[in-house]
Amino acid sequence: MSIEIPLLSVRNLVTTVSTATGPRPVVDDLSFDLAPGETLCIAGESGSGKSMTALSLMQLLPQPMARVASGSAVFKGRDLFTLPKEAMRQVRGNDIAMIFQEPMTSLNPVLTIGRQLIETITAHESTSLSQARQRALELLNQVQIPEAARRLQQYPYELSGGMRQRVMIAMALSQNPDILIADEPTTALDVTVQAQILSLIRKLQAETGTAVIMITHDMGVVAEMANRVLVMKDGRAVEAGPVRDIFAMPQAPYTQALLAAVPRLGEMTGTTMPKRAVRTWEQTAPKEVVDVDNLTVRFPIRSGFFGRVERRVHAVEGIGFKLYRGETLALVGESGCGKSTTGKALLNLVPFTGDVRIAGTHTQGLRSDQMKPVRRDIQMIFQDPFASLDPRMRVGDLVAEPLRIHGLATGSELTDRVAYLFKRVGLSADLLERYPHEFSGGQRQRICIARALSLSPKIIVADESVSALDVSIQAQVLDLLQDIQNETGIAYLFISHDMGVVEQISHRVAVMYLGRFVEVGTRAQVFDNPQHPYTKALIAAVPVPDPERAPKRFSRLTGDIPSSVRPLSYEPPTAIYRDVGDGHLVAELS
Amino acid sequence: MSELIAPSAAPRRPTRAGTVIRRLLRRPLAVTGLVIIAIVVIAAVFAPWVAPYDPGEQFFDGLTLEGAPLPPNGAFLFGTDLLGRDLLSRLIFGAQTSLVIGVVANGIAVFIGALVGIVAGYFRGWIGTILMRFTDLMMSFPALLLAIVLAAIFKPSLWIVAMVIAMVNWVQVARVIYTETRSLAERDFIEAERSLGASSARILWSHILPHLVSTIVVWATLGISTTVLLEATLSFLGIGVQPPTASWGNIIFENQTYFASAPWLVFIPGAAIILLALAFNFLGDALRDILDPTQQGRSA
Repeated sequence: MSIEIPLLSVRNLVTTVSTATGPRPVVDDLSFDLAPGETLCIAGESGSGKSMTALSLMQLLPQPMARVASGSAVFKGRDLFTLPKEAMRQVRGNDIAMIFQEPMTSLNPVLTIGRQLIETITAHESTSLSQARQRALELLNQVQIPEAARRLQQYPYELSGGMRQRVMIAMALSQNPDILIADEPTTALDVTVQAQILSLIRKLQAETGTAVIMITHDMGVVAEMANRVLVMKDGRAVEAGPVRDIFAMPQAPYTQALLAAVPRLGEMTGTTMPKRAVRTWEQTAPKEVVDVDNLTVRFPIRSGFFGRVERRVHAVEGIGFKLYRGETLALVGESGCGKSTTGKALLNLVPFTGDVRIAGTHTQGLRSDQMKPVRRDIQMIFQDPFASLDPRMRVGDLVAEPLRIHGLATGSELTDRVAYLFKRVGLSADLLERYPHEFSGGQRQRICIARALSLSPKIIVADESVSALDVSIQAQVLDLLQDIQNETGIAYLFISHDMGVVEQISHRVAVMYLGRFVEVGTRAQVFDNPQHPYTKALIAAVPVPDPERAPKRFSRLTGDIPSSVRPLSYEPPTAIYRDVGDGHLVAELS
Repeated sequence: MSELIAPSAAPRRPTRAGTVIRRLLRRPLAVTGLVIIAIVVIAAVFAPWVAPYDPGEQFFDGLTLEGAPLPPNGAFLFGTDLLGRDLLSRLIFGAQTSLVIGVVANGIAVFIGALVGIVAGYFRGWIGTILMRFTDLMMSFPALLLAIVLAAIFKPSLWIVAMVIAMVNWVQVARVIYTETRSLAERDFIEAERSLGASSARILWSHILPHLVSTIVVWATLGISTTVLLEATLSFLGIGVQPPTASWGNIIFENQTYFASAPWLVFIPGAAIILLALAFNFLGDALRDILDPTQQGRSA
């Protein structure tokens, strides 16, 4: 493939952004070739300049803040960087198309899907409206959207994330581009949907011969999609080569570290304990710290002038579990399955019915002042470390705040305690006076952990606490969480969609689907011997960071997870569980 | 561990009153604003000593022989008005009224608006519904009509006018603050605070209010010019500050019909209003930037 003349040839690309201290390169001396029909994956962590590279090629940089300082990108004998605006506009869409990460925001919410597709088609070729309509229909069929004709009439909010990303792909393909640039196209999607989109891109690429530049941070996606890989760090190319070579014999230390940090599904097979566990707590004194029975959370959907309840979201439907000292229970599932709601119910942040006992206290219906002492036992770490810290407070105050709220320490005792907590999570106590925005994502998550730890709780609910972090940082934070558990015997309810992470950290796993557990068991039971079809699909959908394995053909769960919005009269069927051995429970298929 | 390294080489800075003032003084626009405000305040407070003449005195030589007002000249720096009174003195005494209206009345309006908006936006529920429906009700009346009714019920005086203006002007502030509080209250860090066991009072005071400072400051400064003009309107209709007491607004309204022949009578008090509003705006802008830690070092 590399013998052919490259379709796109980038040489010495330098992109700079202006800062207070002058222009700073975000892409530095980058060169690569793209052959017709191949897939090049640009891999790297946040801030590596991979998205900036894509935007540079498309001439879509946020000017005048960022600009291409030097270099060339020769495509069909023309340098993209010297093309006049109008010619570049023709190239965009016609020859090079791009899809973005966030399918929720890249479609116009007030126009129908059909209108937006037709607009894209007619923007570059003069066709009649009926022809454009016909073409739009073809495109939707091509990206395997069911009931394509009806979708044309629908608005973006009526479609799921996966469907929207399909529409985006349809738009990008409308002019049969030579190059498709996909910037983290599946990062915002659930794993099973991600698998569908990835296989769709592969299928379309085989049909149309489009070359793909895929930008991703996920080495699993790289292994499944790429012919060649370009690893970037701090704006520079660290390593480039065929995908097999990169995975089999990474040369650069950074690539080696990156690959080592990726959780590999199946690497824990044959063990029963989490990766870093040093001792078992439950054997010395099995002490339950959380006991949940028949937990149900339903949100009313009101409408009309008097706010009458019309329908209800059945977010969590009668689940029960126990959590023991020193144990990690992972709650796995895809978006909308009720796993975060379960976590919030434990902290009494959403109203629920059923029985929840936190360290012996029944919490159902407690007012916030009655709940206050319970919160010393249970704390939460949120998903997004950029959103869960008040940006106007110093981090030292943020960590001290729980102690102040509960009146546990004052004066120098408080200062010492905060400094200790900072050291405990691996941050220097010199940083106490700073504000959250001065920290990186991983550091902020450490601050969130320090906050949660400050009350010495017995339980921490970690809601997708590492999913917003880069893999290498993610590994460090996971290690920290496990070290704290080893030391203090804290129990975690670890809520995650990432099977690779769950496998590493958990003692027991509960798989959630539409507000219910479909499978509960020890980690070894669930991962080594998955029984429920949904569990199997989840595990199968995880991209494996190993190019030697042939890309899987997904015998999926096509389409989307059904909605959990139900009419008022809806009575959920009772779930029946079957014990397949040693407490490994599987829901009966109804 | 590499994580222990400081993220950037920014100096540490405790934000306390002293440092706020020090940083304020480093901004030329903020200093300009402060100086203008100081001049107006001093002029208003010491009006009897600062003003060259009695504001109510009708000078015999304050009018031309035809009875027209005098343009600015050596004896009357800003000229005289239709009754031959010294404009500069009237402006200086008028500053008292205008400051009360622009700062006190407007301040009360912003305070009420912010309070209603925050309570309604944070607690929602029936209390929020009642407060916001009441706000909408107030909004649906033309402000001037409402002010006229209120002013007609009470006997016109400076403080009644100030109260009427506050009663009319809080609604927009309440609307804006309500929307902003609602979106703030749904942010993750507020939920994180609740999960820590923080009381509503703590969340409102230390985590919601600081984020609203910039909006409040902007509305407070914008409100100064509109309230000064509303007072002028009321005075013009005879239900505001009663003549012969001067206010910047009623100077403009008294004289606007003679704008073509005596433009200084409108221009000069108009410029005073604009200058004062601008001064508060400069100050407010600077304060907003200084109080927001995420803005540090960007535009300083």
